[in-house]
Amino acid sequence: MSEAVSHDSHHDDHGPAKGITRWLFTTNHKDIGTLYLIFSLIMFFTGGAMALVIRAELFQPGLQFVDPHFFNQLTTMHALLMVFGAVMPAFVGLANWLIPMMIGAPDMALPRMNNWSFWILPFAFTMLMSTLFMQGGGPAGGWTLYPPLVLQTGDAFPFMVFAIHLMGISSIMGSINVIVTILNMRAPGMTLLKMPLFVWTWLITAYLLLAVMPVLAGAVTMLLTDKYFGTGFFLGAAGGDPVLFQHIFWFFGHPEVYIMILPAFGIVSQIIPTFARKPLFGYEAMVYATATIAFLSFIVWAHHMFTSGMPIAGQMFFMFATMLIAIPTAVKVFNWTATMWRGEMTFETPMLFAVAFVILFTIGGFSGLMLAIVPADYQYHDTYFVVAHFHYVLVPGAVFSIMAATYYWLPKWTGKMYNETLGKTHFWLSTIGVNVLFFPQHFLGLAGMPRRIPDYAIQFADFNMVSSIGAFIFGFSQLFFVWVIVDCVRNGKKATSQVWEGAEGLEWTLPSPAPYHSFETAPEIK
Amino acid sequence: MFKGLWKPICATVAVLGLLAVNPALAAWQLDMPVGVTTLSGMIRDLHREILIICTITAVVLFGIMGYALFAFRKSRGAKAATFSHNTTAEIIWTVIPIFVLIYMAVPSARGILEIEDAGNPDMTIKVTGYQWKWGYEYLDNGVSFFANLDELSAEAARLDSGIDVMDIEHYLRDVDNRMVVPVGKKVRILLTANDVIHSWWVPKLYIKKDAIPGFINEMWFTATETGVFRGQCTELCGRGHGYMPIVVEVVSEEDYAVWVIENGGESPTLSTTEISTDSSVAAL
Ligand code: HEM
Ligand SMILES: [Cu+2]
Ligand SMILES: [Cu+2]
Repeated sequence: MSEAVSHDSHHDDHGPAKGITRWLFTTNHKDIGTLYLIFSLIMFFTGGAMALVIRAELFQPGLQFVDPHFFNQLTTMHALLMVFGAVMPAFVGLANWLIPMMIGAPDMALPRMNNWSFWILPFAFTMLMSTLFMQGGGPAGGWTLYPPLVLQTGDAFPFMVFAIHLMGISSIMGSINVIVTILNMRAPGMTLLKMPLFVWTWLITAYLLLAVMPVLAGAVTMLLTDKYFGTGFFLGAAGGDPVLFQHIFWFFGHPEVYIMILPAFGIVSQIIPTFARKPLFGYEAMVYATATIAFLSFIVWAHHMFTSGMPIAGQMFFMFATMLIAIPTAVKVFNWTATMWRGEMTFETPMLFAVAFVILFTIGGFSGLMLAIVPADYQYHDTYFVVAHFHYVLVPGAVFSIMAATYYWLPKWTGKMYNETLGKTHFWLSTIGVNVLFFPQHFLGLAGMPRRIPDYAIQFADFNMVSSIGAFIFGFSQLFFVWVIVDCVRNGKKATSQVWEGAEGLEWTLPSPAPYHSFETAPEIK
Repeated sequence: MFKGLWKPICATVAVLGLLAVNPALAAWQLDMPVGVTTLSGMIRDLHREILIICTITAVVLFGIMGYALFAFRKSRGAKAATFSHNTTAEIIWTVIPIFVLIYMAVPSARGILEIEDAGNPDMTIKVTGYQWKWGYEYLDNGVSFFANLDELSAEAARLDSGIDVMDIEHYLRDVDNRMVVPVGKKVRILLTANDVIHSWWVPKLYIKKDAIPGFINEMWFTATETGVFRGQCTELCGRGHGYMPIVVEVVSEEDYAVWVIENGGESPTLSTTEISTDSSVAAL
């Protein structure tokens, strides 16, 4: 103890600095985590507002509100903001808050880099969003950035490329920090196979990020030189190939979708055992399944390109590999179910979100399996069926896990309990809204409605109207989320350090709110 | 807990009910339309099969989960067990999916082979995607034309056009010039594009492929019924992406011959009439 005190006196930051400098110059993992989470929430609402304009336009056939070109800007920006601005930063924020507390470390390993990797983001996204006001409007070629279409972007083009570079740098720095922290700063006795699953899934995610963000950076740089320096990598007329871009993009893109779901797997694997009051079923199987998914995610990319005219052998390979990925995914779902089996369950808000995650993510997994069947995928591809698929895995998947995590650890972060009734209201409205929003999109896709269109044939009118109603229910119920958090910080009752009866793990041994420096002395691991 | 649920459920049911009885709205189509080509049945069957497998798995899995959520709650006096492994169960639920996947993989692979077999066509049409219309060239007889969105839709589709699009039967799915093909003939389509990537899809013909500038893709179909079949571009291609429909009219061989001559084509004969007549009889 005395050692810790004397060690601490060398630092000048016993607690947070005052005022705005606390946030600008902070190197504290909790402050940076908070910044990430607030930033993510702002992006979630901005991207969400764009989605609501999209759904308002699609409420009925005919063009009512926006020009088709602006519609395309909205779909493109919505996706970029949600993927790079909302989901990924939220997970990095959670990693910052939780990893040091979970492995018994005082802070992240590289605190100054940590500050940088956050503060790059507001600039990157301000720049990206400013392109909406430039000559020719913002990027409108879809988040997949396929050339030659994306090369028709106006003045926005180089700004978009630079913004993507910045996001990539931020992600790479963030993941280096996560890897170094996990590998070097675990408390004595915390062997790899004793780490909580959230830490495991983030370790693997960080390696995925390191592997694929440079690939995306390379791809967008090649776009840049194609547009301004005449390289023609992706232009048939110049001896290049537009499909080459698709291969490079999806070599990044498929691991990217797992980057957005592996930490979610980790979160749910923390929450379900707590509220089932029973240890996680098949801990090691979960770790190996995560690693298997991560490996397979590198060899399935071309399942996004079955209609691009690939050779038969290529189609077969990518079909089989994609089907294979369903197996470790299924193992995870079975393990969560087995964790609940013969448990002693209660259903506080985090558990509600976690259970909904398991069920609704699985629905997205089923449609994924259907998409893997190549002859059928020729029909599904680029229709609303695909839109339904990825929104099921991303909204009641990734986003629900982030909400579950917020409710679960909020008392540890703030030292106060949130209001259960409000939390449950938020949960039920979201769950109903998200299903009314996305389930009918399966039908639209099967009936033949392509994605990314501002207007549609009248045969698609009915389900589009239902879907838009769901969108507004879901969108506005997110205001409850903000309400719960603000209410918790302002009026919440004091939380105990244990918070949840069944919770296990080092973070629950710290007082609530957790002290500014997590573990000054390394805890003992049994 | 369920009290909070009641209102939103009522509201949703009411809205759905209202929509269902509104006669102005077309059918609530749930599934893929039945196709009209020699391969459409095979493809639709694959879709149905994987859908049924997923549905059965979902019912069983969610049933078990639902039982657990009901039975093992603290409020019902459940006491937590302590197990965290069960090797037998883990092996079983890893192996069963493997067999199910192999069961699906075999016919799917066979399906790919059938679909990719574009050899021995009776006729060939070169289709080119433009921003934003389709160009058609009949390589066997020289007929060629562009297909634009029809004027009625084009006018109604403008922002604040004041026209109720629900009154237009084929809103956004009609063109000025249809692609006409004979029934029972193997039609090969060579696809390319002039500017950006487009994608040619007619749901009832069960074919879709990307039209890529500088490259040529190939696909084929043999229609088994006459009729008019509609689709549209399915790869984002800019501002007019939602406005480049595809209309294919399948007619009898005699009507096709007349159509070719009316449109300035050379010889109405198909490239390989002898062989194709036989094979088309066999196909029917
Ligand atoms: C069982 C596991 C999964 C399988 C077999 C699977 C399969 C597929 C396939 C084949 C496609 C391409 C469909 C097409 O465009 O024709 C696709 C699209 C997509 N999937 Fe999945 N998927 C799975 C899980 C996930 C997960 C976990 C996520 C993310 C959290 C995800 C996100 C996406 C996204 C974002 C797209 C569409 C990208 C785009 O075109 O914009 N998928 N999936
Ligand atoms: Cu993928
Ligand atoms: Cu298009």
